[in-house]
Amino acid sequence: MEIWQFFMQNWHKTLELAWQHAWVVSISVIIAMATGVPIGIWITFNDKAAESILYVAGIIMTIPSIALFGIMIPFLSIFGHGIGTVPAIVALVLYSQLPIIRNTYAAIKSVDPNIIDAGIGMGMTRWQVLFKVQLPMALSVIFAGLRVAVVMSIGIGAIAAYIGAGGLGRFIFMGINQTYGAMIKSGAIAVSLMAIAVDILFGYIENRLVSKGLRS
Amino acid sequence: MIKFEKVTKIYPGSQAAAVNDIDLEVAEGEICVLIGSSGCGKTTLMRMVNRLISTTSGAIYIDGKNIMNLDVIELRRSIGYVIQQIGLFPHMTVSDNIATVPRLLRWDKRRIQARVDELLCLVQLEPAVFRHRYPRELSGGQAQRIGVARAMATDPPVMLMDEPFGAIDPINREVLQDEFLSIQEKIRKTIVFVTHDIHEAIKMGNKIALLNAGRLVQHGTPEALLTSPANQFVKDFVGADRALKRLDLLKVQDAMLKNPVHCHDFDQAEVISRLMQEKGLNYLLVCDSQERLLGYVNFRDIVDYSGNVGARIKPMTLTVRPNSNLKDALSKMLSYDIGIVVAVDDDNKLVGILNTMTLASVVGQTYDEQGGRWGKITAGGKIL
Repeated sequence: MEIWQFFMQNWHKTLELAWQHAWVVSISVIIAMATGVPIGIWITFNDKAAESILYVAGIIMTIPSIALFGIMIPFLSIFGHGIGTVPAIVALVLYSQLPIIRNTYAAIKSVDPNIIDAGIGMGMTRWQVLFKVQLPMALSVIFAGLRVAVVMSIGIGAIAAYIGAGGLGRFIFMGINQTYGAMIKSGAIAVSLMAIAVDILFGYIENRLVSKGLRS
Repeated sequence: MIKFEKVTKIYPGSQAAAVNDIDLEVAEGEICVLIGSSGCGKTTLMRMVNRLISTTSGAIYIDGKNIMNLDVIELRRSIGYVIQQIGLFPHMTVSDNIATVPRLLRWDKRRIQARVDELLCLVQLEPAVFRHRYPRELSGGQAQRIGVARAMATDPPVMLMDEPFGAIDPINREVLQDEFLSIQEKIRKTIVFVTHDIHEAIKMGNKIALLNAGRLVQHGTPEALLTSPANQFVKDFVGADRALKRLDLLKVQDAMLKNPVHCHDFDQAEVISRLMQEKGLNYLLVCDSQERLLGYVNFRDIVDYSGNVGARIKPMTLTVRPNSNLKDALSKMLSYDIGIVVAVDDDNKLVGILNTMTLASVVGQTYDEQGGRWGKITAGGKIL
């Protein structure tokens, strides 16, 4: 009940923070997608690179988010962006790499070699095989990676409030400082709702994009 | 049409040649079956034709042109390719699958659409029903038909087929093989066909090339492989029952006795029974005035009967067509436990009979091309 009251009194502030949150996460995921998918595709051609890149991306995932924010402060301070939105975006992009790269790589690798053989045998170029056969067939697994990345980014994005990136995490941290339970819960619920909504949205987009022939 | 010249393939890191110094020629419009046990190099040899595998030495010519001098992408687009697991693209509809190569060649939409429908009709699938289906909505046999249609999309003169019927159950396989052969009657492609099934090879091949450990052991017609195997390996491969396998190659009309003895329904029973007694016959076929088969009479039934034979006819439960193969005829004889089977044409006219003796003489290796031994059986001739 008190949460509802808090929302009613602070809906304006809630929307503002939600917007900030969504913006930071969106930018991060777009960048992560624009880098992760091509990297994932590239390492399917290069097994050695695949091993080391997946290894590095795996290590980044294991760094606690607070620590990663902390580590980046001295580096990004050089460019005058030690705290705020920029380090938050950089961190989220780094975290998102593993699910996106790994899923892209695994999805393309798992396409039945017989089907690729058929494509090459019929006279497709390497690129045509990639764009007409492998990627369309890999789409749903690549999407699954994106969904994980987005949902995870929304969660970690809450912590980015700690380094001044704003977002719904502000409610949580301010609530903790002021021992204001309703504020903490409101922030947490808002973050969860956003994550669920985006997950559903992505599910819908995936359904539209992935070929009906691939549904089981 | 396709010529292999001293073709050798040694895979990197391997001592033995997968394909060893093979010379082979496939004539235009012919199905050449490459056969052998797994690892004999048959698939490797086939995949070298569209350069999915490179040759280590030797050359392959299509229509007199060395394939190494052709653009590899264009070469592949000009060769129909059907693979073992069919390899349909699961994310594309039937229509898109068939249109793969035409699209790569940038045909215009209307032409592609028309060609897709034409091909669907050719493989006996209703275009309106199947055009928009996805591969997962097809049965194995239907998917296989689409695979063949896709390979024929641009009407390539040469087709490569790698165990195209391998994943199909035996009953449907027979049907698809027959269908494909009747399509081939019309389209007359030059086909390299890989299989490990000798039965399929005999049925599908105009020529069979038997490979062992990368070497060509024997190349010839199915008939030649069965009747004059080059060595013990070929004998073993075609099997101890190779004499029986010849039954697949032969038609009823090749073995039947033409103009068999028979009488007519309007004949007098007394006359017929006397003739049967003279010739020592227990049974006699009966036809009507148009020589259409009505059935047969039993000597016991007419011996004390006066009247027309027609009243004592027993129906013939089993007949075969002159163009059905001998194996089917024999298996019918065995399953009905009868020593004779009658061949009638489409109008039910009596054209011949087969019995175990004629079959044995055809199957037997020493069988006389001139049909000398059949003469004894036909010696009675047409008695009426």
